[in-house]
Amino acid sequence: MTGRGRASLMVTCLADLFFPEVGMAIVRLLRRLGVVVDVPPSQTCCGLPLFNSGYHAEAAAVARRTVALFKDSEHVVVPSGSCAWMIKHEYPGLLTETGLAREARDVAARTHEFSQFLVRVLGVTEFTSAVPGRVTYHDSCHLLRGLHESQSPRTLLDSLRGAEFVALPGADECCGFGGSFAVRLPEVSSQILAKKLANVEATGAGCLVACDAGCLMQMSGGLKRRKARMRALHLAELLDGSRP
Amino acid sequence: MSDGELAIPFRQRAGSALKDAFLQEALTIATTKFIDLRREAFEDFPEGEALRDRARAIKEATRQRLDHYLEALIANIERLGGHVHYAKTSEEARAIVVDIARRTGARMAVKSKSMATEEIHLNEALEHAGITPVETDLGEYIIQLAHERPSHIIAPAIHKTKGQVADLFGREFKRRVEADPEVLTKIARDELREKFLQADLGITGANFAVADTGTVVLVTNEGNGRMVTSLPRVHVAVMGVEKVVPSLTDLMVFLAILAKSATGQKLSVYTTLVRGPRRAEELEGPDEFHLVLLDNGRIAQLGGPLREALSCLRCGACLNVCPVYQQIGGHAYGYTYPGPIGILLTAMLEGPRSVRDLAHASSLCGACADACPVRIDIPRMLIALRREVDEKKIAPWVERVAFTLLARLLTRPALYRLAARSGRVLQRPFASEGTISRLPVFLNDWTRTRDLPAVAARTFQERWAAEQGRTQ
Repeated sequence: MTGRGRASLMVTCLADLFFPEVGMAIVRLLRRLGVVVDVPPSQTCCGLPLFNSGYHAEAAAVARRTVALFKDSEHVVVPSGSCAWMIKHEYPGLLTETGLAREARDVAARTHEFSQFLVRVLGVTEFTSAVPGRVTYHDSCHLLRGLHESQSPRTLLDSLRGAEFVALPGADECCGFGGSFAVRLPEVSSQILAKKLANVEATGAGCLVACDAGCLMQMSGGLKRRKARMRALHLAELLDGSRP
Repeated sequence: MSDGELAIPFRQRAGSALKDAFLQEALTIATTKFIDLRREAFEDFPEGEALRDRARAIKEATRQRLDHYLEALIANIERLGGHVHYAKTSEEARAIVVDIARRTGARMAVKSKSMATEEIHLNEALEHAGITPVETDLGEYIIQLAHERPSHIIAPAIHKTKGQVADLFGREFKRRVEADPEVLTKIARDELREKFLQADLGITGANFAVADTGTVVLVTNEGNGRMVTSLPRVHVAVMGVEKVVPSLTDLMVFLAILAKSATGQKLSVYTTLVRGPRRAEELEGPDEFHLVLLDNGRIAQLGGPLREALSCLRCGACLNVCPVYQQIGGHAYGYTYPGPIGILLTAMLEGPRSVRDLAHASSLCGACADACPVRIDIPRMLIALRREVDEKKIAPWVERVAFTLLARLLTRPALYRLAARSGRVLQRPFASEGTISRLPVFLNDWTRTRDLPAVAARTFQERWAAEQGRTQ
């Protein structure tokens, strides 16, 4: 399959350092769909951790770098809802009074969270699961309430061959990650996570899917500590088993 | 909460709440119930979304001309024979109410539920002046007997199970009490009936005040609000200045969404409209009516970064859906107003120093903004508060240094790569099969309850660079 244009992957710090397989899965998947993928070099982070903790001048400096890296990209694909939200929602404001204001708005308009890129840009929804059995889905807060996206991941999971998608009770509730929140108030964060994982376990799914590396770090960390058999995977890893 | 309790760090207060089994049980039951009721109420009400937008717009527009609407309100209440007082601070507000009580020879005051009077610590001031305040809302009555403070904006005793309330009543009235809500309510009702008849002074808050009619509006469920506003000789309402709405038409917009957001009711059981003191032809109502307009930092925020918080209707919906509130309840926050909106109001009333830690008591999940009937963007303002706390150097210096270093790392890719390599070396003693289960000292804050992924043997960008090298 050819002729689906070009896309630049913004891999994000968490996926780069801790979940490189997510980035590799996205590259393989997009190439199979006929997208020419590039990865602008010397990427770091979107700056969300700085922004959320109130370090806005510092976050703006990071935003300036990112916008410069991606200003010529046809599409920017981001594996995390929170980072995509940062670029789309906050970059234009942060860079209003800089020479990059226009570029920031342009990059924001061409940036897509991974599931949105597949469904809303490429219009591809048919995949085969890399993992058999029951899968369930957790809405990451920034994707759901920041980008108002609950449908694209579900569209992909609903039509997934070789797996059964089951709804997660309280799917729209926070997993307790919240960036620095997870270590500033670790006891509260862990108890929120415990509630989430109890809901996850009640589904009887063998695989928990999310579209945000932050949530995955939190939830897979909790599952591993409980020695649960369930795996937490990024949506891209689940879809990567397929030949559309 | 007392200064002594506030001396305990927030993280520790929250930690104690997490370990309180009664609190956990009570919170789970109550917040789940409120969330379900609210959802059902709005599901049956398709025009709700548009009304929420309308309500938000009314609040914004009213704020822009607050002086105008307050002047109209004052003129109309005075025309009806009522008195209006303006209190710049809590202290002034307390003094005004105590003066009225003294001048009218009041010895007992019955109160309906009011967060504004909690905010100004009115009960202590009344007691100090020899006037007995009696809370008549069931939840408030319970916590007054228990010598506590409300832990929720609309359900002050939400932190107590019915068993705990039965024990409390048993001790108070020296009898065996069944843990049955109906029995408990009957006991409170019997106790309170006499107080309503004895009291010389009725004290209420106000959910709204209508500028062009001079009407003070109380939204209640137990009927006690009616007793408090009609039986005693004198009625004093204490209200934040931001609660004024232009007209009765505007009021209808708020009434249509307030109870649905709070308790999932279409309307509260009682909507009490008070217009000044009893008129000659009327059979009931007070001889004197006073409205105390409370500023206490609100006016200063009209043009400030927290101004949107002045749209708050005090429905409590943001508390119910907040994952942090759901776990720790209201008392751990330490101030009059708990939950996400409470952090903003605390900053407004007590200054940024008071929210150094509270500003971070949120995962920024956004459930609060979604639930808010007037769509207050609470997460955005929490971030603004964090920024203020950093910029005014209220945040601990260690944290400020750490974030400055992080900023360096994220703007210099060579440093970022070096950090990844260093991480791989440093994690060796702790990592096994790509997972870290234990870390030393403060880093343990993650790993005490969760595994941490190790820095990958090869980062994505290292793998990508290697692949590009091969294909070129």
